Amino acid sequence: MAGHVKVMERPGKQGSYLSAVAGGLGVTLKHLINPHKVSQQYPDEKWELSPRFRGTHRMATHEDGRAKCVGCGLCPAVCPVNCIKLIPAEDENGERYAAVYEIDEFRCIFCGFCQEVCPVEAIHLGVHYENAEYSRERWVYDLERLCSQEHPVTALWDPSDAASE
Amino acid sequence: MTDLTGTGLLVAAVIKVLTLFTLLLVLVALATYVERRVAGFIQDRSGPNRVGPIGLLQAVADGLKSLLKEETSPDEASKSLFFLAPALTIVPATVLFAVIPFGSPLPTRWGLVELIVADVPIGFLYILALSSLGVYGLVLAGWASNSKYAFLGGLRGSAQMISYEIGLAMSLIPVLLLAGNVRMPELVSMQQSFEGGPGTFGLWFVLPLLVAAFVFFVSSLAETNRLPFDLPEAEAELVAGYHTEYSSMKFSMFILGEYAHLITAGALVTVFFLGGWDIPGWTGDNIRVLADGSVIGEPTWWKTVLTFTSFSLKTTLVVLVFMWIRWTLPRFRYDQLMDFGWKVFIPGLMAYISIIAIAIYVLESRGFEPGPAYAGILFAVNAALAGLVWFVLDRGVLVRGAASVPQAAKEME
Repeated sequence: MAGHVKVMERPGKQGSYLSAVAGGLGVTLKHLINPHKVSQQYPDEKWELSPRFRGTHRMATHEDGRAKCVGCGLCPAVCPVNCIKLIPAEDENGERYAAVYEIDEFRCIFCGFCQEVCPVEAIHLGVHYENAEYSRERWVYDLERLCSQEHPVTALWDPSDAASE
Repeated sequence: MTDLTGTGLLVAAVIKVLTLFTLLLVLVALATYVERRVAGFIQDRSGPNRVGPIGLLQAVADGLKSLLKEETSPDEASKSLFFLAPALTIVPATVLFAVIPFGSPLPTRWGLVELIVADVPIGFLYILALSSLGVYGLVLAGWASNSKYAFLGGLRGSAQMISYEIGLAMSLIPVLLLAGNVRMPELVSMQQSFEGGPGTFGLWFVLPLLVAAFVFFVSSLAETNRLPFDLPEAEAELVAGYHTEYSSMKFSMFILGEYAHLITAGALVTVFFLGGWDIPGWTGDNIRVLADGSVIGEPTWWKTVLTFTSFSLKTTLVVLVFMWIRWTLPRFRYDQLMDFGWKVFIPGLMAYISIIAIAIYVLESRGFEPGPAYAGILFAVNAALAGLVWFVLDRGVLVRGAASVPQAAKEME
């Protein structure tokens, strides 16, 4: 609880308003002519995102374009906000796949548990955040849309390299 | 060369009115953009810079947005006054420009055209009369909205503008004492130097009347309802003050009115104290049209262009200072505002006017002719007074430490 609280000297009864105004004008003038501006011209300049930034999902695919997902059901189970909807199915070779796989990006809190838990490294979070849409429905990403995302995937946190070096 | 007469006068007047009005409206729109840019720069941001080159078309985008927005008016509002109020804020500000000389006389094939819309012999009184009209916009907006916040804003606005109207008018009395004239072009001439004709000072009035210039500047801030005097729209306590209930283009009219006032105030400061369209350090531009129509100096068209540029630059500079102050100072507390107007400005100005009047009397009884020496002595008097105000009188008058605020509350009871 220890800590030093700096108590500012209040101007006494003898403060001169005009001198204070002149001082204030000096401060603002200094900022007015200072060429360094902190604004970022967003659509023109973008943030450099960390490789561990967790954003829009992306589904990994095989070479022939099929999603890698095997419909094990671990990601909907681990998802803390229930934003993943998965209906697994089995093809004629007896291989399981996701018949329906939808992620509601509105509900998602981008915790990254789905990526961590996935046994076949199919579902990933991406280094990407520009996903504004005109309707709420468009925020529910189906399997096809997840497969067609092209942004880089999020690097998972590596315990042996805790500081990401 | 003679003055215009008959039809020529009418045509010249129409051209002047149209040019000036268009220019003023464009400048008002531009001022809203400049204000936001200045605000941005002062706060280390870049301000609006996306519409058009470096954001210059921002005002167009804003205007378009305002026009397209839904227009609401409260059920209980007094409809006609509610509609009238925005117009009443912008009109006094724009019509004030009628008596402001904005350049040296322009010689044309048909005669000499003076660059002032209405060269009325009572230009000065016209300004005082019309600048007070601006308060009607505020009061009517506040009252007609039938909303308590708007009403409080309107009340504050009227109290503030009436208080500072006095400061504004009284700070101009020394100018009258010095100039001995209420014709606006003559006020500009008095600040230039001439060979022959009635004596002039050859020095901008800001020097011989330093304190008056300062008071006029501060009163203008209060008249235009800008920080630190924007109590009528104090958003922290009154939502948005008198224009709380306004939306769409009617709201924009208030903003345009504010900026029109701002530019007019800048022009007035320029004419009264910064030599109007005078170009400093050059006597070639000094052209004077006397009341009987005789002309001193040689008017040419390029001198008109140069002097107009000079006038515009000075006005812009004053407007920029207004903006600079707005983004520096916090708002006054209401009691501070009233104290400042009634207990500091009015008695102070009375004393100041007496001192200046005595100084002028002494100077003239000693046989001083109007001229730089005369003005120099007045400047010395003013500098002494300014020093007195700055180092002695301005102690604990306006800003008091927090500890002394209860004291102030006790005084008010």
